[in-house]
Amino acid sequence: MSDFFSAFFDNLPQVRAGLWVTLQATVLGALLALLLSFVLGLMSVSRLLVARGVSRVVVEFFRGTSLYIQLFWLYYAMPPLTGYELTPLLCGVVAFGLNYGAYGAEVVRGAVNSVPRAQYEAAVALNMTPLHRMRKVILPQAWVQMIPSFTNLLIQLLKCTPLLWLISAADLMTVIQQLRDRTGETLTAYVTLLVLYFVLAYALTLLMNLLERGAKRRLGLATGAGSLLRSRSATEAVASAAGGGVR
Amino acid sequence: MNGFDWNAAGDVLPLVLKGFEVTLLATVLGTLVAAVLGLAIAVAGRAPSRCVTVPVRAVMEFIRSTPLLVQLVGAAALFTSVEPLVIGIVVLGVHYATYTSEVYRAGIDSVPKGQWEACRALSLTPRRTWQAVILPQAVRNVLPALGNYAISMFKETPFLAVITVQEMVFEARQYGAAHFAYTEAFTLAGLVFLVASYPTSLLMRKLEKRLGH
Repeated sequence: MSDFFSAFFDNLPQVRAGLWVTLQATVLGALLALLLSFVLGLMSVSRLLVARGVSRVVVEFFRGTSLYIQLFWLYYAMPPLTGYELTPLLCGVVAFGLNYGAYGAEVVRGAVNSVPRAQYEAAVALNMTPLHRMRKVILPQAWVQMIPSFTNLLIQLLKCTPLLWLISAADLMTVIQQLRDRTGETLTAYVTLLVLYFVLAYALTLLMNLLERGAKRRLGLATGAGSLLRSRSATEAVASAAGGGVR
Repeated sequence: MNGFDWNAAGDVLPLVLKGFEVTLLATVLGTLVAAVLGLAIAVAGRAPSRCVTVPVRAVMEFIRSTPLLVQLVGAAALFTSVEPLVIGIVVLGVHYATYTSEVYRAGIDSVPKGQWEACRALSLTPRRTWQAVILPQAVRNVLPALGNYAISMFKETPFLAVITVQEMVFEARQYGAAHFAYTEAFTLAGLVFLVASYPTSLLMRKLEKRLGH
């Protein structure tokens, strides 16, 4: 066995700790992003001009400035300016959440708008309150449409977590880089790292496919078990053909 | 706690703008690589033999699902004798080619089946079929999507700073470290990004509407 792999298995607790940091950043960042997507997305379909305006400005701001700069700004620029300092992991979670929340808001907006107009009208005719209408009629249908785009965003968020290495959070990339420096096996180290990320990405895709299947079931749309193993290529092609610029 | 230093901001602005030229250069050349390579992958993906299509799809899925930053750092560590900017452009281009190839694929699929049949009826060679009939129709449909990927590539060029390409964020970071003025440097870099990318996305949205998406 090569030096790298013996070092890898000797330092398994460290690798596991790095993996844990990466997973925490991904999951917490994604949860924050999900929350923001719904808040900003629903604001952007609101009837109030102020709500729409605020949402527009926030979304354009966080999409227009690079994630990389947002993360560095939080880590380097915010402490001297405000006196508050966040831990590296928290910087990552906040930056990922804000950036992908802005992209997610567009997904929510698009999905809500794509629910057929007649569904709104039927809900109004049945005298449902706006809240009830959203919760029982519009969102369950929009949610099915959102999941494939959210899957793409989630994988992109995962792919951004190596940035944590640059702000000295001990994530997966940091740990593998240390092992590489110790053993000098560059190619093996980076290929291993890429494979680890690929496995993580695939696992997340499977989970999201499971979620999509459940959501479709609730609408009475049965899908075969084959759809669970589907990779993202298929969904992405459909999204881009429909002009839904996800990124 | 020292607030925002306007003098430092004035000092760092020319540096950031100088780095911005490199950022733009990397984006334009990277987009070019992605546009050409993506088309090649999309056409190869429709090859009649599974021996071609299966490996192509597998490699694409792998590249697309793994972080750009790791690919960049890994490539820079392996090819130490190559200019960092060249590595950056190639890695960015290859990474985005996996996305653009899907866009082309969808574009090619959207060409009506009758067009293929007509080509066969006229017994055009495969080369002429692609060149004269399929691609002109497919590419027109995918232009807005390609533009969107160009914008997102632009927002990921700061990654190149990690492999010491002297683009905008590299300059900002260096100035920040030397003068302890990270606040000013990163705020300005962010603003330059916003000013450059917002009008471009507005333009893309207009183009998308005009092409009837």
